[in-house]
Amino acid sequence: MTGNEMSGSETGGMERHTYDVVVVGAGGAGLRAAIAAHEAGSRTAIVCKSLLGKAHTVMAEGGIAAAMGNRWPEDNWEVHFRDTMRGGKMLNNWRMAQLHAQEAPERVQELEDWGALFDRTDDGLISQRDFGGHRYARLAHVGDRTGLEMIRTLQQRAVALGIDVFMECTVTDLMLDTSDGSRISGAFGYWRETGRFVVFEAPSVILATGGIGKSFKVTSNSWEYTGDGHALALRAGASLINMEFVQFHPTGMVWPPSVKGLLVTESVRGDGGILRNSEGKRFMFDYIPEFFRAETADTEEEADRWYDDKANNRRPPELLPRDEVARAINSEIKAGRGSPHGGIFLDIASRRTPEFIRKRLPSMYHQFKELADVDITAEPMEIGPTCHYVMGGVEVDADTELSGVEGLYAVGECSGGMHGSNRLGGNSLSDLLVFGRRAGESAASYAAGLGARPQVADADVTAAATSALAPFEGSASGTENPYTIQQDLQQTMNDLVGIIRTGPELEASLAEIDRLKERARHLLVEGHRQYNPGWHLALDLRSMLLVSECIAKAALERQESRGGHTRDDFPGPDPEWGSRNLVLRLDAGGEGVELAHQPLPAMPDDLKTYFEGS
Amino acid sequence: MSYDLTLRVWRGDADGGELGDYTVEVSDGEVVLDAIHRLQATQAGDLAVRWNCKAGKCGSCSAEINGRPRLLCMTRLSDFDPSETITVTPMRSFPVIRDLVTDVSFNYEKARELPSFAPGPRDDDGKRRMMQVDVERGQEFRKCIECFLCQNTCHVVRDHEENKPAFAGPRFFLRYAELDMHPLDTHDRRELAQGAAGLGMCNITKCCTEVCPEGIRITDNAIIPMKERVVDRKFDPLVWLGNRIGIRSKDDEGRTEV
Repeated sequence: MTGNEMSGSETGGMERHTYDVVVVGAGGAGLRAAIAAHEAGSRTAIVCKSLLGKAHTVMAEGGIAAAMGNRWPEDNWEVHFRDTMRGGKMLNNWRMAQLHAQEAPERVQELEDWGALFDRTDDGLISQRDFGGHRYARLAHVGDRTGLEMIRTLQQRAVALGIDVFMECTVTDLMLDTSDGSRISGAFGYWRETGRFVVFEAPSVILATGGIGKSFKVTSNSWEYTGDGHALALRAGASLINMEFVQFHPTGMVWPPSVKGLLVTESVRGDGGILRNSEGKRFMFDYIPEFFRAETADTEEEADRWYDDKANNRRPPELLPRDEVARAINSEIKAGRGSPHGGIFLDIASRRTPEFIRKRLPSMYHQFKELADVDITAEPMEIGPTCHYVMGGVEVDADTELSGVEGLYAVGECSGGMHGSNRLGGNSLSDLLVFGRRAGESAASYAAGLGARPQVADADVTAAATSALAPFEGSASGTENPYTIQQDLQQTMNDLVGIIRTGPELEASLAEIDRLKERARHLLVEGHRQYNPGWHLALDLRSMLLVSECIAKAALERQESRGGHTRDDFPGPDPEWGSRNLVLRLDAGGEGVELAHQPLPAMPDDLKTYFEGS
Repeated sequence: MSYDLTLRVWRGDADGGELGDYTVEVSDGEVVLDAIHRLQATQAGDLAVRWNCKAGKCGSCSAEINGRPRLLCMTRLSDFDPSETITVTPMRSFPVIRDLVTDVSFNYEKARELPSFAPGPRDDDGKRRMMQVDVERGQEFRKCIECFLCQNTCHVVRDHEENKPAFAGPRFFLRYAELDMHPLDTHDRRELAQGAAGLGMCNITKCCTEVCPEGIRITDNAIIPMKERVVDRKFDPLVWLGNRIGIRSKDDEGRTEV
């Protein structure tokens, strides 16, 4: 291996590699984890489904939240911590939120050491922009393509360090050594290019596989977001938390159909854009929740003054956390005040000059011009909610990102706890960096401290290979097409487990997921193993179905509305539920999941003081 | 409004292949990648195509549409007459893996040959200072989504496999220029750009600029200035004399050759 391999070249026998740390996923979290593990002295490999540099992080637009105080010296980690907890409706793991707020500024500064070129303030520091739920302008950014800058910087750093990267290689199973308890011993996967199998022997595996959005019909997520890490962790014996909380981003494109769901960055609102319904009304003033009333402007005049004078004015309601804005938009559309293509209007054209818009939002300008024939400097955009992010994920230790399974770590979107019931914009990119580094260091230190290494059992490798090839065999009645099952799942999740949920619909969704799981037993794919997307999808479907069941099950159980989980039949938050996490594990049969209640970790008293009177 | 599109797609692998004819139902506002996806879901489940974001941001779905290097996700069907046949073939400068997927590892090998950014120490307060106007040049180049369409188009390597070892290609000239123009980099990469990366083989026909989906002015803003800087260093008699007698050009301040 010399790094950056695209395909297996070995012939005969099973291709095997030995590492200290194997990172699954090459987005921001995976790359940052690999860099940290490598720098800590571990032999490290990155295994990723796509080419290096194409992971979903590339789509992040707005910025990286970090209390650097470059624009507002009043900003510090305590304010960021408070914003994050309140944004998550206090369901966040407090320790993760604290570490995140404290360490994000140095993680951003580090990117600059590695070559990132952020936009600057007038005195040459990293510029910071406004975003929903953040009290001060806090997001380090590069126009509206911050994710691209971040992934390229980390990618170039990983390449400079000579970290081995296995591109277009998908992990389908984790290997466990059960001789003494249950410990990670490696991972099993296939090369997309050749369809050949590969075994990684490693005591530490870091899951950094991102989210689950591809289980929904309208989503801003790419094909890779099939919940692989969530499912791998479950099947290895780890637990998931917060799975009922799915973030619907308020502003996705609604037209043309080909791009429905495609993200329109929150920066449009951070930079002055406002929401209007078909009657021209700036409706967000009608949707200010009690929880945020004290800190939200209640007149248009005050809201407009805030952009320049944050000390004496409260923030515009368009910049409430995403869950609030998405629900408001949903209500307006349902009430018949939507735009021609079933969205509402996002208007920056009437508020800022064309030069300003093109400079600050170049990708959005380009995206609308190219894909929808809309000039956003001259006319409003039509937008509506789109499935964007899952708050839930693998339950991990806040300091080390270790899951319930020895040797298994999880980081980024596939981990849970950090964002509680709702993530603030910009907190994702900083999450990747802060906990990526922590996971890399813990995984490296665990691997270095081991005496005898856990072993990969031959029988497990054979079983993983057999299971991966099952879609070619089909069953006696093997006739199901993976693309059709995926479309049916997406429709089900969209219709029954979407932005507004009800008990009966969630029950119906679980029944439908059961039927889809049964149908998935009869999958049959055509062609051979070489670069066969139908086969790849058949394997991804197993993860998608399992994770969708987790979401629906937890959503049915939580009888309240909070953050990214809204129950029409239980419209308000319930303090009882506010102190509880729902934890999901694989059931005894190994095909479904079981659910348990668990109290939230208790916040120490000194941190509680930040929330007094709020 | 929907209509039946006649689509010709190259099917095959390293051993050869041919164009397959398909009819796919498509509708208004769709892009070529939508048509390919529908083909995949309904008629050719194993049709290989690389894609990720479907929003022109990741640069995965590069191919040639009616012979023109483009992103499948950013090519709208409305650019073509509904009766027109659309022909989709893989990028020609890279070896085919299967169908529309090519082996682009050439680019990842070239990326490894390039010495990374090397800044000096941070300011005393732990931060770095650069002016917006100074980072903007580099920012234009960092818009690159690594679709490798410029690499695919460049006639130095298109149909000239033999030039590949000595030629990094427009994507990496962009990277050399970005680092050379970075206000805080301490390396002088001009010798390397000219020597190992083969900057001199480029004769500025601007094909790369023409196909760049990000609209980066690769030739005008990166390659030509980079060539000028190489020339300054190598051929300017005053600079040459200065180097001989140990006077360093101001342009080199704080930079050491790699």
